[in-house]
Amino acid sequence: MSLMDILMIVVPSTLLWAAPLVFTALGGIFSERSGVVNIGLEGLMVIGAFSSIVFNLTFVDTFGSATPWIALIVAMAAGAVFSLFHAVASITFRADHTVSGVAINLLATGLTLFLVKLIYDKGETGIISQGFRKIDIPILKDIPVIGKIFFQNTYWTSFLAIIVAIIVWYIVFKTPFGLRLRSVGEHPMAADTMGINVTKMRYLGVILSGALGGIGGAVYAQSITSNFSHSTISGQGFMALAAMIFGKWHPLGALGAALFFGFAQSISIIGSSLPFLKEIPNVYLLIAPYVLTILALTGFIGRADAPKAVGTHYIKGSR
Amino acid sequence: MSKRLTGILTPIIAVLLGIIVGTIIMLASGYNPVDAYTALWNGAFGETYYIGEVIRQFTPYILAGLAVAFAFRVGLFNIGVEGQFIVGWLASVWVGVSFDLPRVIHLPLAILAAMVAGALWAFIPGFLKARFRVHEVIVTIMMNYVALHTTNYIIRNVLAAKSGDKTEQIHESASLRSEFLQSITDYSRLHWGIVIAIVCCIIMWFLLERTTRGFELRAVGFNQHAAHYAGMSVNKNIILSMLISGAFAGLAGAMEGLGTFGYAAVKGGFTGVGFEGIAVALLGANTSLGVFFSAILFGILEVGALNMPLEAGVPNELVSIIIALIVFFVASSYIIRIFLDRFSKKEVK
Repeated sequence: MSLMDILMIVVPSTLLWAAPLVFTALGGIFSERSGVVNIGLEGLMVIGAFSSIVFNLTFVDTFGSATPWIALIVAMAAGAVFSLFHAVASITFRADHTVSGVAINLLATGLTLFLVKLIYDKGETGIISQGFRKIDIPILKDIPVIGKIFFQNTYWTSFLAIIVAIIVWYIVFKTPFGLRLRSVGEHPMAADTMGINVTKMRYLGVILSGALGGIGGAVYAQSITSNFSHSTISGQGFMALAAMIFGKWHPLGALGAALFFGFAQSISIIGSSLPFLKEIPNVYLLIAPYVLTILALTGFIGRADAPKAVGTHYIKGSR
Repeated sequence: MSKRLTGILTPIIAVLLGIIVGTIIMLASGYNPVDAYTALWNGAFGETYYIGEVIRQFTPYILAGLAVAFAFRVGLFNIGVEGQFIVGWLASVWVGVSFDLPRVIHLPLAILAAMVAGALWAFIPGFLKARFRVHEVIVTIMMNYVALHTTNYIIRNVLAAKSGDKTEQIHESASLRSEFLQSITDYSRLHWGIVIAIVCCIIMWFLLERTTRGFELRAVGFNQHAAHYAGMSVNKNIILSMLISGAFAGLAGAMEGLGTFGYAAVKGGFTGVGFEGIAVALLGANTSLGVFFSAILFGILEVGALNMPLEAGVPNELVSIIIALIVFFVASSYIIRIFLDRFSKKEVK
């Protein structure tokens, strides 16, 4: 097996596994940059996965091959609406952000499985017939070497994820909106003094995280699992959280971290068919993202510092 | 309204709100809530067998709740109870299958192994918090996944009997099982663990409320700077609290490993006991008595729920929704307290 063959297997698989992490981690950035801790990313992905699969199964006859894309938008809306729970609890009701996030995760799992049983009368949905399919990107696939590795047997969603990461970077660091978002996460009182509506910005941050988390879940369900059950999303949301931290709350950093975690995940699955890698017990690859995140937080791999006001409540008039 | 009364009323209101919203969800999806709650009641108290199962179910909840609550009192949020629970489970089973000893030595040794494993797992986030000021929430979440994958690997490659997915049954000398308790509850899986859980409730209360060390721990929880200024070592207390919290969590794992199951199996995902512990601790306001009662409530809900699909045709996930809503409402207790204040002010007028 030549290096070329190995890359042609590993790179598309990495991109496939990374895409949901990229979307969700970007969602986490919006929320945490605005000062709201979001442990609920896992739950938001569950909602996204559930709503996209249900929509896909129900409307596949009407929309045909466009179904997964429309389901993506539905999942985005569902995630955004569901994240309002977190927003209301942690911003308006002054709940502990972490506790509210735990509640979101519990609620998402309970609610979706309840609805699956209600709608389908069994513990899991059927398999979707129209998921995201492997494609060759036109024109780019003909580039010698690079085309074969990066643009064949791949998914549109992976490239969409990379583009969205760049857009999010632009929004967060180059627009007035991004500046306001970051300022309420760093020093809400100063931001309030400058006439920025802290509550509104934080709500927007959480809702955007819900929308992107929903997309992340939908991409995962429609390109990897193809159905919805209790184990569809198992830890993806927390891995996205890890990617966000490992990427130091920076969209492009999170993109890089998510790609790396996607690589680790795909290797732990396909590694046994590759030379060299099959010697490594896959437990090391499975725990790598989490261990690296702990090391990054500790400061061994460049210090990762959260936004200053993350996890705190802003109460007008108090000092 | 007195602070004490509000403190008791808030969790009760949260539970009621959770049940009310659960009822609304059932009505909206065309189920009969009366049938559902009757089925839940029968599933928890209908036969002595079910009562035994309820007690068995809430035994690890008490310990997981104590683990979360203990760390909370020192100002730390231990989301890693799930991971500490899993390593405790594995450690107890490991000792249970590896040694042949008389029961008086073997059983305590297996329990001790679970506590040590849980404590070590919690030591890492505690140490990182004390030494590098790394937020314990993220580290404990990451440690949960490391625990899940590592224990699965050990079970599969070291302990499993002939490429199986679970370990052998532990030796009788390390088992918490009790024929007496089983016989009085119509052969449920009830075991001696409940005694350990109650003793732990008392230990936590005594340690926090009646000892100097407990005073220091609570002082660090109230205000780190004040505690530091008073000459207490903040870092030492942070690490100590995580060690004790992890030991409780590991002990909860021993309840499953030595009591309910008697083996450890490869897990596809988390057991949920650790997260249930968060709910239990929150609802119990982080006191040992509160933890005890809220663990009982969650045990009843979880075991009773299993009867709901059989008797009323309602999916048992409804109970997961209710538990999530209870956590949500307890977390949002600020708003409940405001309503209570308004309510009491009106009465005065």
